[in-house]
Amino acid sequence: MRHLLNPLDFTVEETAQLLDLAGDIERNPSKYAHVCDGKKLATLFYEPSTRTRLSFEAAMLNLGGSVLGFSSADSSSAAKGESVADTIRVISCYADICAMRHPKEGAPLVAATHSTIPVINAGDGGHQHPTQTLTDLLSIRSLKGRLDNLTIGLCGDLKFGRTVHSLINALVRYENIRFVLISPPELRIPEYIREDVLKAHNIDFVEIDNLDEAMPELDILYMTRVQKERFFNEEDYIRLKDCYILDKKKMKLAKKDMFILHPLPRVNEISVEVDNDPRAAYFKQAQYGVYVRMALIMTLLEVEKPC
Amino acid sequence: MLNISGLQEGIVLDHIEAGKSLDIYFNLGLDKLDCQVAIIKNARSNKMGKKDIIKIEGGLDHINLDILGYIDHNITVNIIRDNQIVEKKTLSLPKKITNVIQCKNPRCITSIEQELPHVFYLADEAKETYRCLYCEEKYSK
Repeated sequence: MRHLLNPLDFTVEETAQLLDLAGDIERNPSKYAHVCDGKKLATLFYEPSTRTRLSFEAAMLNLGGSVLGFSSADSSSAAKGESVADTIRVISCYADICAMRHPKEGAPLVAATHSTIPVINAGDGGHQHPTQTLTDLLSIRSLKGRLDNLTIGLCGDLKFGRTVHSLINALVRYENIRFVLISPPELRIPEYIREDVLKAHNIDFVEIDNLDEAMPELDILYMTRVQKERFFNEEDYIRLKDCYILDKKKMKLAKKDMFILHPLPRVNEISVEVDNDPRAAYFKQAQYGVYVRMALIMTLLEVEKPC
Repeated sequence: MLNISGLQEGIVLDHIEAGKSLDIYFNLGLDKLDCQVAIIKNARSNKMGKKDIIKIEGGLDHINLDILGYIDHNITVNIIRDNQIVEKKTLSLPKKITNVIQCKNPRCITSIEQELPHVFYLADEAKETYRCLYCEEKYSK
């Protein structure tokens, strides 16, 4: 039995198989409509996360399975002081697989240690969110046709954004990936990503603070939100915030086949005027999230691929 | 010169960095043993200038070498039988340590679930860096 706790739990080959399956699900959804008939997914969400929870639920329902669970710690036995270990032992009796979101880092690992069903980490604090990373990989591969030989721009809050860190960790495993890291100096990637991941893998990268400058060379632009509270003073925020708002004017600088991704929710970092641009792929990305979760549920449940 | 009587059978922890012997005494739980334990502080050493030494009466099962390796892998462990050194054990940084150090990350699951063991794994031997098994928070020695 396997779990998914960290985006790197799957090798490059296993990830490719998973993405292949997700791609086939996208092309032939009806073929997969009953592969999980009779199976149950438990969504154990100790903190609210509407999109991730609904994405998991949609994935299981699309496979013919059913869903049970809770969407906040208040409505679970955690409010009575039950440990994660005890909760998962009980849930193992009710469901075939579970997706867990928990505000405390490492909670899904504790669950996996005591579980008799596969555990999927649906986000644990600021630590890992592997299904977001798989969603990002599927989006890039589906849109660009490959995961190698790409120039990837990551823009916004690169210091605190766990999706960015996980994506960098996952992409350095592919050939000839170049990163353009666009952020204010205060929000650059943490030292351990620069030293232990990028430099350790001999990855070509630049750190700049001007999005306009980066646009023409990018194959993918991964936007994140620059939050006001991350700045040391209001003056810096006002000075920098507009640099990281993607609008039509900036899109004119981009390649015709560049795609924009965003983990969502978007606040104001992508102007709504960009939404109709064919290169705006962030809502399509949410759809890829369902396909990759369907593929993941099938893989962890060891459901055979239908003919 | 201070004289401490020899050991018939037991363990001598030698080459302890001067001043660290009491930390080791408590971390190894030697305070809970009934056997004789001698702590020698600031002993003269050609190699180190001065060093601490701990002598423990009895067998090796009294001490956890992983904890000792984590605290200081340069310590020499001498096994004594019939007043003779019969074996010298060298230590290395343990791959995993349990309940030796505590995770200080307030976002870690160990911060709310008190019964969980605090487990750290060796992430970088050269930098002597450990990471929490649960939240991967770095702990440098």
